[in-house]
Amino acid sequence: MSSVLPLSGSLRNQLAVTLIGGAAILAVLLFFVVRAYAAQVAQQGQDSILVASAASILDAAVIRNGQIEIDFPYSAFSILNTPEDDRVFYAIHRDGTLLSGYQNLPQPHIQPQDTKTIVTERFRDETLRLIRISRVLVGENLRTEVFVTVAQTQDALSVTLNTISRTVALFGLGFFVLSALLSFWATSKTIDQLTRLTTSITRRGPQDLTPVDKPVPVEMVPLVTSLNTLMGRLDQSLKRSEDFIAEAAHRVRTPLATVRAYAEATLQRVSREENRQALRSMVHAIDESSRAAGQLLDHAMITFRADHIDLQEIDLVEQVREMVRNLSPIADMRDVTFDLKTDSDVSIAGDPILLQNAMRNIIDNALKYAPNDSVISITVQTGETISITFQDQGPGFPATQIGDLTKRFARGSNANGIIGSGLGLTIAQEVATAHGGTLELSNKPEGGACVTFTF
Amino acid sequence: MKFLLIEDNIQLAHAICSRMGLDGHVIDHASTIQDAQAFSQTDDYDLILLDIMLPDGDGRDFLQRHRDGKKDTPVIVLTARSQVSDRISILDLGADDYVTKPFDHAELEARCRAVLRRKGGTSQTIIRIGNVGFDPVAGTLQIGEETVQLRNRELRLLEVLINAPGQIFAKQKLVDRLFSYDDDVSENAVEVYIGRLRKHLKDSSLQITTLRGLGYRLDHV
Amino acid sequence: MRYFYLLATVIFGLLASPIMAVDWEDQRVFSGASPSRVLRILSSTDTAFFEPIIESYLQDDPTVTVEYFVSSTSDLDTIFRQTPKAFDVVISSAMDLQFKLTNDGYAMKVANLPHPDWAQWQQSLFAFTTEPAAIVINKNAFSAQPIPQSRQDLILALRARPDFFRERIGTYDVRKSGVGYLFATQDARLSETYWRLMEVMGSLQARLYCCSGDMIDDLESGKIAVAYNVLGSYAAARAKTSKTLEIILPSDFPTTMMRTALISRAAQNPEKAKNFLRHLLTIQAGGAYENALTLPSLMSRQDPNGQSTIDLTPALMTYLDDLKRATFIQEWSNAIIQN
Repeated sequence: MSSVLPLSGSLRNQLAVTLIGGAAILAVLLFFVVRAYAAQVAQQGQDSILVASAASILDAAVIRNGQIEIDFPYSAFSILNTPEDDRVFYAIHRDGTLLSGYQNLPQPHIQPQDTKTIVTERFRDETLRLIRISRVLVGENLRTEVFVTVAQTQDALSVTLNTISRTVALFGLGFFVLSALLSFWATSKTIDQLTRLTTSITRRGPQDLTPVDKPVPVEMVPLVTSLNTLMGRLDQSLKRSEDFIAEAAHRVRTPLATVRAYAEATLQRVSREENRQALRSMVHAIDESSRAAGQLLDHAMITFRADHIDLQEIDLVEQVREMVRNLSPIADMRDVTFDLKTDSDVSIAGDPILLQNAMRNIIDNALKYAPNDSVISITVQTGETISITFQDQGPGFPATQIGDLTKRFARGSNANGIIGSGLGLTIAQEVATAHGGTLELSNKPEGGACVTFTF
Repeated sequence: MKFLLIEDNIQLAHAICSRMGLDGHVIDHASTIQDAQAFSQTDDYDLILLDIMLPDGDGRDFLQRHRDGKKDTPVIVLTARSQVSDRISILDLGADDYVTKPFDHAELEARCRAVLRRKGGTSQTIIRIGNVGFDPVAGTLQIGEETVQLRNRELRLLEVLINAPGQIFAKQKLVDRLFSYDDDVSENAVEVYIGRLRKHLKDSSLQITTLRGLGYRLDHV
Repeated sequence: MRYFYLLATVIFGLLASPIMAVDWEDQRVFSGASPSRVLRILSSTDTAFFEPIIESYLQDDPTVTVEYFVSSTSDLDTIFRQTPKAFDVVISSAMDLQFKLTNDGYAMKVANLPHPDWAQWQQSLFAFTTEPAAIVINKNAFSAQPIPQSRQDLILALRARPDFFRERIGTYDVRKSGVGYLFATQDARLSETYWRLMEVMGSLQARLYCCSGDMIDDLESGKIAVAYNVLGSYAAARAKTSKTLEIILPSDFPTTMMRTALISRAAQNPEKAKNFLRHLLTIQAGGAYENALTLPSLMSRQDPNGQSTIDLTPALMTYLDDLKRATFIQEWSNAIIQN
C-alpha cells in the first residue's frame, strides 16, 4: 500500500509561490509608482522655486529712460540655494539679445498660449532644469519683450530622489516581507485543513470506512464528498466481498462438515481396518483443506492488518488467558493442560486480532506436537522487554530446520501425519514483526519446543 | 442431555444428530430461525448449537434475540467463517463458544462439555449405580464419600461404559471414542485408561472386566 | 631659504614667460629642497600673509616649487578666466567672483575633504578664513573726539567735522576692487545706512583705493584719517607695528567674508594642488595652529559657527549680474563722486 504516487508539485509551494510572487510584483510596482510620483512631486518643487526665482527677476524689470533696468532682489538667487550646492545659470534677453547672464544658455520656445516653459536641457556637461518666462514691457514709444531664463542642476533633486527611492524600497521590502509572512501563514492555514483531513483519515483503523463528518471548508466539500462516496462504495464492496467469502466458506465448509461428520459417524460403525483407514484419510484430507483455507485467509488478513497496524492499549494477560480458556477444551481432549504464569497486569500497544491469531497459531502448533498427559507452559514475562514464552513437552523443533520454520509453507520434518499448512509460525512471525518484536524458536535442553514472542 | 441443533443443511444436521446420538444425547433439529424459536419457546435445552447462515436470516439475530429474551441456555455457534475477527464478534454477541466447520466431533463434544461445566449447572442426569455417582458434565466420580475429578479421557471412557453397563465394548470402539482419528495410537493405548479407571473404581460396586479378544465390560457387583 | 628665493626670482622671468604679460602686484617663487614640480598659485592675498603657509607646505613636500602671483581681486578674476591652465590654485577674498568661477565650471572637485558644509561649495570652492570688513582710523584724528563704533557714529563724526575730513576719508573703489564691491553690495543689501554713509563720504570727496594695502599706508601716514571697509586682517597686521591705527568692527552690523581657494579645473598639477589645499585648510581650521596664523582662521569670528555673514550661495551672483552691477555702480558713483 505504500506505493509512491507520482507528484505534480506541491500545493503549498504553488500557493506560496503565487502569493509571494504576487507580493513581489506588487512591491516592485509599488516601488516604481511611488518613486515616480515622488519624483514628480520633487520636480514640481524644484520647478516652482525656479519659477519663483525667474518671476522675481522678471518682476524687477522696468523701462527707465528708454533703457531696461532689472534690479532684481538678492532672494532671486538665494532661494536657489540647495544642500547639494546646485549650480545656477540664468540669462536675461530682450527681444533675442542677451542683456546679462550666461551666453548660449538654451532658450526654449515659449508656446504662444503660455507664459513660461519648463524643460530639462544639457548645458556645460550638466543636466539642467530650465525655466523660461517672458513679459512684455510697454514704455513711451516702446514695446519690448523681456525673457528670463533660470536653470539649475539637479544634484539636490537626485539626492532627494535617492533618499525617496531608498525609503520607498525599504517600504516595498517591508511590504514584501509582511506579505510573504502573510502568504506563508495563509498557505499553511489552508494546507492545515488538508493536513487535518489527511490526519483524520490516516488515523482511522483499517476497518473504519465511515464517512468523514467533521466540518470542512466549502472548497473541500467536493473532495470530501467524493472521498465519502468512494469510501462508501469501498465499504459496500468490502462488505459484499466479505459476504461473498462468508457465503463461499459456508457453501464449501458446510458440505465438508457434513462429509466429515458422516465419516466420523461411519468410523464408529465399521471395523474393517482398510475401511477405517479410508475414512481416516478422508477426514484427514478434509481437515487439511479446511485448515489450509483458514490459514490462507488468516495470512491474507494479517498481511493487510500488519500494513495498517491499528495499535491500541490492550491487556496482554487477559488476551492470553482468553486464548487459553478458548483452547482448553481441545487440550482437554488429549489430557494436555496449560500452565499459565503471568505477572499481574501487562499492558501493551498492539492489535488484539493479530495477537490472538499469532497466539492461536503458536498454541495450536504446541497442541499438535504435545504428547498426551503433558503440560504446555505459557509464561508472560515483563522486564526490559515484554515477552510470551510457549513451551511444550513434545519432540521439539528439528534442529537443522529451526531457522527455516517461519518461512511460508515450511513444515518440520517430524510433521508427518499432523495437520498443518506451514503457515502458523509464519503468521506468528509476521505479527511479531508488525509489532516491532521478534519470534524466536528454540528447543529446551529437557526436551520440548519453545517459542518466544518478544515485543 | 438435550440439544437444539439449528442448521439448515439437512445432511449435516443428520450427521451431527446421528453422531451425537451415539453418545446418548437427545437432539432436536430446526432448519430455520422460525422453527428454532418455536422449539426454544417450548422446550428447555441444555445447549443450543447454532449455524450462522440460515435461509430466513442470520443466526446472529437469533442469538441476539435469545439473549435479549433473558435466556441463558448456552449457545455454541457452528460457523463456516474461520477468522478471528468473526469469532470475536460471535462471542461478543453472547455465544458461549464456537466451532469452525468442518469440525472434529470430539472437539464439539469437548466444547459442549466445557461450556456446560462453565455454566455451572450440574447435570440433572447424574448417573448413580450402587455406591457410585457419576457427573459427566462436571467430570466427577463419587464413590461413597470420596469424590474424584476424572481427567478427560477417563471421563469419556467411563461415560461410554456407564451408559451401557454389561455391554461389551471392543478395544477398537473405545479407541475411536477416546482418541482423535489422527492420534497415532495402538489399540493397547486404551489399556492405560482402563487401568486408571479401575484404580478409581477400586472401592466401588463397579468393576471393569476384561474379556480377552472381545473387549471390556462394566459390571455392577 | 632666502638664497633659493633670490635664485628663483632671477630665473623667474624665463620660467613664467607665458603669463608675464600681466603687471603683477607681487610675484614670488618658493622652492622646496629638491623641486621637481611647479605649483602656481594665483592670489589676491599679499605674499607676506601666505609665506608661512607656503613654507610649511614646502617642508612637508620639498619636491615642489611654488610660484605665487598676487593681483587685485577683479584682475585676478579676469586673468584666471583667460588662462585657467596657467594656474593650479586660485585664492581670493572676493567670494562672489570665486563663487561665479566655480559655478561657471572653472573649479575642480576635490571630494571627501573634511570641511564644514557652510564653508565649501560644490566640493570645489573652499573657504579658509573668516574676516571682517573694518573701519580703521588714525587715532591722531580722533584724539579729542570719541571714536565712532558704528556706521551711524561715523556719519555723525564726519558731519561734525566736514572740513577736517574733506579728502581724508578712504574706501575701496568698487569699480576696481572685487572685494570692495563685495563689501559694498553686502552693506547696501543689509542696510540703508550704507548709502547715507556714501553720500556723506561723497560730499567730503572721499579717496578711492584699489587695495587695502594702499589705503592702510595712507592711513598710517596720516594722509587719510578714516578708512571704511578695510580688510580687518590686513589692518590688524599693520596695527601690530603702528600705534596710530585703530580697528573698529562696526557694532551695528558686521560684514564678514571668507577668503576662498579653488583648484583650477585645468590645473597642470592637480595632485600637488590638492595637497596644498589640504595643507591650507588644515592650518586654517584653527585649533593648534591658531596663534601661529598670519590670517584669521576659518573659525576666528565670535559666532559659534564661525560662519560668515556672507554665505556661499548662488545669491552671491546677484550683484555680478551685468544689469545689477551697472545699476549699483551707477548709484554708488552718484553717491560718492560728487565733483
